[in-house]
Amino acid sequence: MTVGQEHDQAVTRAVPPARAARADTGRVRHAMGAIGRATFLAAVAGFFALPLLWLATAPFDAHPTITASFPEFTLNNFRSLLDNPYVLTSLGNSVLQAAGSAVLVVVLAALAAYALSRVRIPGRDALLYVLLLLSSVVTGTAAMVPIFELATRLNLIDTHLGVVLTLSGGLLPAAIFILKDFMDGTPTSYEESARVFGASPLQILWHIVVPVIRPGLATIAVWAVASVWGSFLTPFILLRSPEKSPGAVILYTLYTEGGSPRLDLISTFSLLYSLPVVLMYIFVSRKYGFRFHGGIKR
Amino acid sequence: MGFVFPALVLIGVFLIFPALWTIYLGLTDFRLTGLAAADPQIVGVDNYTAALGDERFHTSLWLTVQFVLGSAIIGQAGLGFSIAWALRNRTGPVKRVVEGLVLLAWILPSSVVAFLWIALLDRDQGTLNALLHMPGFAWLLDHPMLSIIVFNTWRGTAFSMMLYGAALENVPPSHLETARLAGASTFQQLRDVVFPRIRGHMLTNLLLISLWTFNDFTSFQITAGGPEGRSEILPVYIYNVALSGGRLGFGAAVSFLVLLINLVLALVYLRLLRGRRGAEA
Repeated sequence: MTVGQEHDQAVTRAVPPARAARADTGRVRHAMGAIGRATFLAAVAGFFALPLLWLATAPFDAHPTITASFPEFTLNNFRSLLDNPYVLTSLGNSVLQAAGSAVLVVVLAALAAYALSRVRIPGRDALLYVLLLLSSVVTGTAAMVPIFELATRLNLIDTHLGVVLTLSGGLLPAAIFILKDFMDGTPTSYEESARVFGASPLQILWHIVVPVIRPGLATIAVWAVASVWGSFLTPFILLRSPEKSPGAVILYTLYTEGGSPRLDLISTFSLLYSLPVVLMYIFVSRKYGFRFHGGIKR
Repeated sequence: MGFVFPALVLIGVFLIFPALWTIYLGLTDFRLTGLAAADPQIVGVDNYTAALGDERFHTSLWLTVQFVLGSAIIGQAGLGFSIAWALRNRTGPVKRVVEGLVLLAWILPSSVVAFLWIALLDRDQGTLNALLHMPGFAWLLDHPMLSIIVFNTWRGTAFSMMLYGAALENVPPSHLETARLAGASTFQQLRDVVFPRIRGHMLTNLLLISLWTFNDFTSFQITAGGPEGRSEILPVYIYNVALSGGRLGFGAAVSFLVLLINLVLALVYLRLLRGRRGAEA
């Protein structure tokens, strides 16, 4: 215990009587604070819930409008949604692209983060920062043109692989950045004894490091899946045929021939399309605890 | 060291290479169609001088500054911190509901949330106008920037909330208690006890959310930069110029300018971070 903490506790324990008056006003202020806090939290909950209302009501409404209202309950919207030939395949495409990217990102990031965490190279942190910076710019709109060109020349246009590789390349720096800090926090003594017994680096990583940083890997996997699941621009640019497009793109094709949005289909598909990520999030946060570790903290 | 190799290859091909290519394309008159598509010519810095002199680029840059300041720094970081502060030593259903709603806004797919906001803000039938009894108020036409700023705040607050929530756990409760007994107001507690301790977290958070917001394309799905370019932030501007307008070379030049601006932004934050470490040592 440091001197400062001891001092604090002493102050906390012995409140001199002269402070009693101040404590009274303190109590009033405390009550006001509690009311203010409750009002603030209610407002926050309202603000965040309001746009979500429509997603909860419209899919079950026989005559959905754009206003969130109490639905005239029906499940017909789900049936008519399934009549659209691209809906189910697009969900399959989303699963394929998200799972592919997540596996690639988790495996490559774990390997790279392990190496970067255990080996000291000058300029390592600077390199990570530069990559992080590049990734946030390049996965945005800035490099759309070269990415399109690159995919054309590598014959990756209109392929799932093109989408997976492009998105993974963009996600990797942040994944390495976050995972490296998980790795930095694990003790190296077990690894050293394993090495004495002749374990290869890959065996050490798989049997010793991976079990310890499992929450970190789960966080990265969820984050990668959610990013890919929601990404619109990359598949929008790289994919041509609707049979290969993920849900994010297909959502924008659910219009009538006259060009007005089919609200029944859009709301229902939105709900269907959102459920997997929400369920995955709940599952992982129950099982591993979804949280940020050091990487971001410093 | 072989472990780093696969990741570096992927990053090299799909990140660094496109970035370098952007620099090269920015020096050409490359177009999507027409004569310059088949045989692009090197035009030197013409694209850059054209971009820097373009009124539309200036407007777009200014709108982006408003977008980042309003939605990332004031909106996401400010609101995220306030929520984390209000929830700090709470448990139970209130905390779970508030955190759950904020997180839901963050994890839903961007196409879905874009549509939710179009529905919320619709002129004739939007839920917001129905609630406020203001039928016919065209939020997206009359206040496009305000709309996308509030939207992006709603969308991204979860990240700051979670980060500050973790950061606040590092502030010893005894210090706050002492300050409170000494009669410090909430503002004074924040200024003197909390902020100095979480300064590193704040800067990293601001760096990440500023960069993400600067390059965010989701607003395209709500306003497409309109009406009349009044919400055309830089990513949307690049899209409109390069892919819709077909001026790929010019678009690449603007992309590179964006990269430079981001670099400056990152350096400023890192400088501030280092300043903190220097002061501690």
